[in-house]
Amino acid sequence: MSTTDIIDTLAGIEPGSSLDAIRARRAQARENAQKSYLALFKPIDASDFSIAERAAVALFVIGLHGEPNVTAFYRAKLAATDGAGLVEAIEAEVAHGKTSGPYGAFPAGPLSIENKAGLIYRVSADRKPVLGARLAAALEHAHLLVFRPRDAASADMKALLGAGWSNTGIVTLSQLVAFLSFQVRVVSGLRTLAAASA
Amino acid sequence: MSAANTVNPPVVFTQDELGWVAWIDPLPEAELTERHFAGLVDRARAKSEYFRLLVRDPEVLEARTKTDKDIFYNVADGLPRAERELAAAATSRYNGCIYCAAVHARFASTYSKRRDDVQRLLDEGIKADLGERWNAVVKTSVALATTPIAFGKDNIEELRSAGLDDAEIVDVINGASFFNWANRLMLSLGEPTK
Repeated sequence: MSTTDIIDTLAGIEPGSSLDAIRARRAQARENAQKSYLALFKPIDASDFSIAERAAVALFVIGLHGEPNVTAFYRAKLAATDGAGLVEAIEAEVAHGKTSGPYGAFPAGPLSIENKAGLIYRVSADRKPVLGARLAAALEHAHLLVFRPRDAASADMKALLGAGWSNTGIVTLSQLVAFLSFQVRVVSGLRTLAAASA
Repeated sequence: MSAANTVNPPVVFTQDELGWVAWIDPLPEAELTERHFAGLVDRARAKSEYFRLLVRDPEVLEARTKTDKDIFYNVADGLPRAERELAAAATSRYNGCIYCAAVHARFASTYSKRRDDVQRLLDEGIKADLGERWNAVVKTSVALATTPIAFGKDNIEELRSAGLDDAEIVDVINGASFFNWANRLMLSLGEPTK
């Protein structure tokens, strides 16, 4: 493979280790998790969702998960990609949006007794001008998907469309947040397993 | 926008077959190109509103679909299919995705022949007592789905004492993690219908 496998790198999977051998038995999953990463961060068409916006949303999403080495990776990516100097603003928004999930409401009915209230995150008013309307809307949507995906509603799509996101941009934004939710868990899980197997 | 006004949402977790409608516009079937068909992987998926929406980004969809297939269908070794599906169903139950939970609870029932236990996961939630091995799989899936991630050494010890080896533990990690991807797409781009 031409590019370093990001999950292996972040999880600390050494070539020739027993976990490397186990991952090799799911070669297609390993290779396509990497291809998903590349399709999101080195896309053939970034016209609906810029590379800098992707890196900013990624640092926000991963920062909310509190996995230090994965956060450092996406912080470096944003620092390398973004000309606007957004790292500080995104890190401030991570601190502002930190909570624990999942929470939210089920459709009204028997499951309503399981409803759990929690933070409804909105970008801080003083950072909105720095981030701009598009990115502010993306962060608010990302927070919804990270912590309370069951609260998502058609109105959230309207909010993104209203902030200038296209249908295609919304699909990629959703994939980005959802993929990172997968990637950070595989990294955390494999890292823990590697430590327990050492 | 799609015909979202005709929605009749399910209000409980179920193993019934559900529909799903998109909140933003899928690509029309007539507009799909070879690039899109490559993204769909299976041409028959052109009939699905969900996949015709995701195929707006064909490269991501293609890689995601192939990841999914290997994690769940490659059963040459590792965890039995039923328990991969259990991890998917438990994650979906915890995150609150009624659609994903229905699909993967049905698969878990089919492959395990333990339909009543699967139904108890749906009815009682993630605390349902399903026996040592299944409890360990459910608990691991929940720990992984929590944000910040709550998965730790204790989960690994519990899986090992329930009889899982490292290859099987990797399958639980992959299956549960993958549904944190799937749930967030199904829950946020549209909604299930009865």
